[in-house]
Amino acid sequence: MTAMRKANAAYPFGFLDEYAKKEVRRTVLKAIAIPGYQVPYSSREMPMGRGFGTGGLQLTLSIIGEDDTLKVIDQGSDDSVNAVNLRSFIEMTCDGIDTTDITDKANLIQSRHRIPEKPLREDQIIVLQVPYPDPLVVVEPSEDKRKIMHGEADYSRLLVKLYEDIVKFDEITISHRYPTCINGHYVIDPSPIPRWDVPKLHQSKALVLLGAGREKKIYAVPPYTDAEPLAFDDMPFRVESFNDENGQRRCCDRCGDDTSFLDEFDGQGGEKVYQCSDSDWCREQSIAKGA
Amino acid sequence: MEKILEVRNLSKVFGKGCPNCFEKTGPELNTNICPDCKSVVAAHDLSLDLYKGEILGIMGESGSGKSTVVKNLFFDQDPTSGHAIFYDDDKQYDLFSLNAAQKRHLRNHHFGMVYQNPHLGLNFGISSGGNIAERLLMNDLRNYKEIRERARELLERTEVLTERMDELPKNFSGGMQQRVQIAKALAINPPMLYLDEVTTGLDLSVQAKILDLILEIQQEMNTAMIVVTHDLGVVRLLAGRTIVMKYGRIIESGLTDQILEDPQHAYTQRLVASAL
Amino acid sequence: MTAEPILSVEGFSKHFELHEQAKTIPSSSNVNFDVYAGKLTALIGPTGAGKSSVLKGIYRTYLPSSGRITYHAANGTSLNLALADEHQILELRSREIGFVTQFLHALPRQSTEDVVAQPLYQRGVSREQGRQKAREVLANLNIPERLWGVPPATFSGGEKQRVNLARGLIAKPRLLLLDEPTASLDPTTTDRVVEMIQAMKAEGTAMLAIFHHPDLVERLADNVVTLTPPVALNNKEVTS
Repeated sequence: MTAMRKANAAYPFGFLDEYAKKEVRRTVLKAIAIPGYQVPYSSREMPMGRGFGTGGLQLTLSIIGEDDTLKVIDQGSDDSVNAVNLRSFIEMTCDGIDTTDITDKANLIQSRHRIPEKPLREDQIIVLQVPYPDPLVVVEPSEDKRKIMHGEADYSRLLVKLYEDIVKFDEITISHRYPTCINGHYVIDPSPIPRWDVPKLHQSKALVLLGAGREKKIYAVPPYTDAEPLAFDDMPFRVESFNDENGQRRCCDRCGDDTSFLDEFDGQGGEKVYQCSDSDWCREQSIAKGA
Repeated sequence: MEKILEVRNLSKVFGKGCPNCFEKTGPELNTNICPDCKSVVAAHDLSLDLYKGEILGIMGESGSGKSTVVKNLFFDQDPTSGHAIFYDDDKQYDLFSLNAAQKRHLRNHHFGMVYQNPHLGLNFGISSGGNIAERLLMNDLRNYKEIRERARELLERTEVLTERMDELPKNFSGGMQQRVQIAKALAINPPMLYLDEVTTGLDLSVQAKILDLILEIQQEMNTAMIVVTHDLGVVRLLAGRTIVMKYGRIIESGLTDQILEDPQHAYTQRLVASAL
Repeated sequence: MTAEPILSVEGFSKHFELHEQAKTIPSSSNVNFDVYAGKLTALIGPTGAGKSSVLKGIYRTYLPSSGRITYHAANGTSLNLALADEHQILELRSREIGFVTQFLHALPRQSTEDVVAQPLYQRGVSREQGRQKAREVLANLNIPERLWGVPPATFSGGEKQRVNLARGLIAKPRLLLLDEPTASLDPTTTDRVVEMIQAMKAEGTAMLAIFHHPDLVERLADNVVTLTPPVALNNKEVTS
C-alpha cells in the first residue's frame, strides 16, 4: 500500500486537477440550487471503466478534504469488491483523509444501491453512484424532448407506465430506481436504491448528491427538501415488505433486527436466510444486543 | 352564441420566404410554390370564427392548406404570421404568443386532436386504456380507479369493446384505432376538437359510424369542432358552415348547404359538380 | 291583415352564375309576399317558376341575388335574411325556422326516431325525451312502429317523406317552409299531414309552402302567391 501511494505521489490531491474539481463543485452548487435538475458536466476519464461509479467518485474526489472521514459502501456493505477498490483509490489519491466503516463517524459517504439505515445527519453528505440519471428515458428516446418534458414537469407518460404496471400486475412493480419528484417539480431517477430507501430522501437532513459519470450528469436532493415517489392517490407508494407467509416481519439472521432492509440468501440446507443489507447497521445491532 | 375561436390573417410559409411569396402564389396562379424563392405558401391570410358547439368544415384538395390550419391551432406547427384567440369563458388566450408550457396546458386541458394517421394521435407502445390514461394524467387526474373508470366509459362511448382496453392499439382495425383516438381526444371533455381527415382511408360503413359518433358527441358535449376533409359527404353530414380552400387561400365560405347547392366560386362549382 | 307579418319578402331574385359554362341562369325574379303567424302562404306556379328557389333563398341554402327578406324574430328584433350573418342563420334554423324538403338527408346509421329527434337534440333536449317526442310524431304520421328503430335509408319514398316531415314538425318552428311535403303520400296519410299542418297553424306557426296538388292549396292556404318563370334576367314578373 505504501509503495503504491509513493508511486502515485505525482497525482494532485483528489486525483483530478483543480480545474476539474472546481467544475464539479460549481455543478454541485447549481444542482443544489435547482433540486432534482440534472446538471450536465464534463465528466472526466477516470482510471476505471465508466459504469463502475466514476460519477460518484468524481463527486467524492471534488468535495473531499483532508479533514474528512469517508465511508464507501456497495449494496450496503463496506467489504464488497467495488467498495474496497473505490475506497483504496480515494485513500491513495487523497492524502490525509480518514476512512471508516461506521456510518456515524463518516461525514462523507459514497454509496451504490443503498442509503444507510442509520438516519443521516446535517453534517453528513451522501454521494450516490448513478448509472442512468433520466427517469424519462424509458418513455422518450430523444434527449431534447426529455429536456422539454422536464422543464414543463410533464411526467404524465411516466405515470402511464405506472398505470400499465398496475393493469398488468395489480401493483407498481418498480423495485429500484423509483421515479421520485423533488421539490414539487423535477422527477429524478434516485439511482438503483430499493424502494425501501426512497423515503429517506424526503426531508433528508443530509445533502444527497447523485453523479452519473457515463451520462455526465450531476443532480441533488438538498437537505430538508420534499422527495415524493410518483404514485396514484388510491395506489400509494409502498416500500418492500419483509413479512413471511404468516404476515410475520422477518428478522436478520445475524443481529435479529426486524426493522432493516434484508438480503435473501440460500442457507446451508437450501432454506432461505435473511440478513441485514447494511453491514454497519447489522454490526451495531449485534453489539447493542450483546451489550 | 358565444365565440370560442377567432383566427385572423393566418399565414404559414415553408421555406425561407421572400417578399413576392404571397403575390406570386394562390388559386389564380394555380400554385402554392413561390417561383422566386421556391417556398411553399401553405396558408395565407386565413380568417375564421368559430362559436361554441359549432362544427366548421374546411374542405379542399391535398395541398390546399386545409390541414395547416388545424396544425397551427393545435401547435403542431408555428404560423409565419397571424393571430388566433381562444376564448375560455372569461379568459382568452392569444394562441400564437403563448410559451411552450402555456401551449401544452391548452392542448392538455382545452383542445383535442384526431389525426388521419392513428400513429400520430396514439402511443402504440401502450394499451388503449393507457392512451386515455395519459390524457387524463396530463389533466391532473391522479386516482387509478377513476382513471380506469373514465377510460372504460370513453371506450364504451366510442364503441370500443372495453374487454380490449388493455390491449395495444396495434392489434386493432383502422376504424377501431380511430375510435380509440377519438376517445383519447375526448377524455378531458375539450370544448374545442380538431379532426384532420379522420375518416379518410376507412371502409364506407366504418366512416358512417365514425361520423355518426362525432355528431352525437358534438350534440352531447357541445364541443366546437373544426373538421378538415377533402370529402364533400363529410362536411354535408357534420358541418354547419364550410370553408373551401385552394392553394393556401380561402376561396369561399358559407353555410354548408349553400356551399353545396349554390356554390359561388368557379372552383367550388367544379368541385361540387364533380362530386355529386 | 291586422297582424304584422313574420316574414316579408320584397323584390327577391335569384339567378345562378355558372362560371364553367359562362352562363347566368335566372331562377326567380322580383318576388314579393308576406307570411303571417298562424297562416299558410302557398307558392304556386308552373315548373321553373322558381318556387323552391324562394324557399331555399329564405332558408339561405341559396344566396339571394337581390331583394330583402325581413324576418321578425321571437325576441322582437328583425333582420334581413338575405344578408344575415351565417351564425345568425344557423341560430334561427335551430330555434325558429324549419324546412321540410323533398329529400331526406340523414346520417346512414341513425335510427328513424333519432333522425326525427335531431332538431330537438340540437337544442339540447336529452335523447330520452327527444325519442319519446319523435315516437309521438311518427305515430301521428302512420309510420309503423317496427320502423322507428331502424335507419330510414331503406324506406319507401312515402315513408321517407313522412320521416322528413316528422323532423320538420317536431321542433315546432315559428316559421315552417314546406317544399311539396305530401308529393308521394297516399290519401289517408295526406289527410293526417293536413290535420297536423292545421294543428300547427292553430298553434300559431307561420307557414310558407309549395304543394303538388291544387287541392291541398285549397284546403290549407290562407294566401296564395303565383310565380311565373323569369323570362330572362332583369325581366320583372309576378306576385300576389
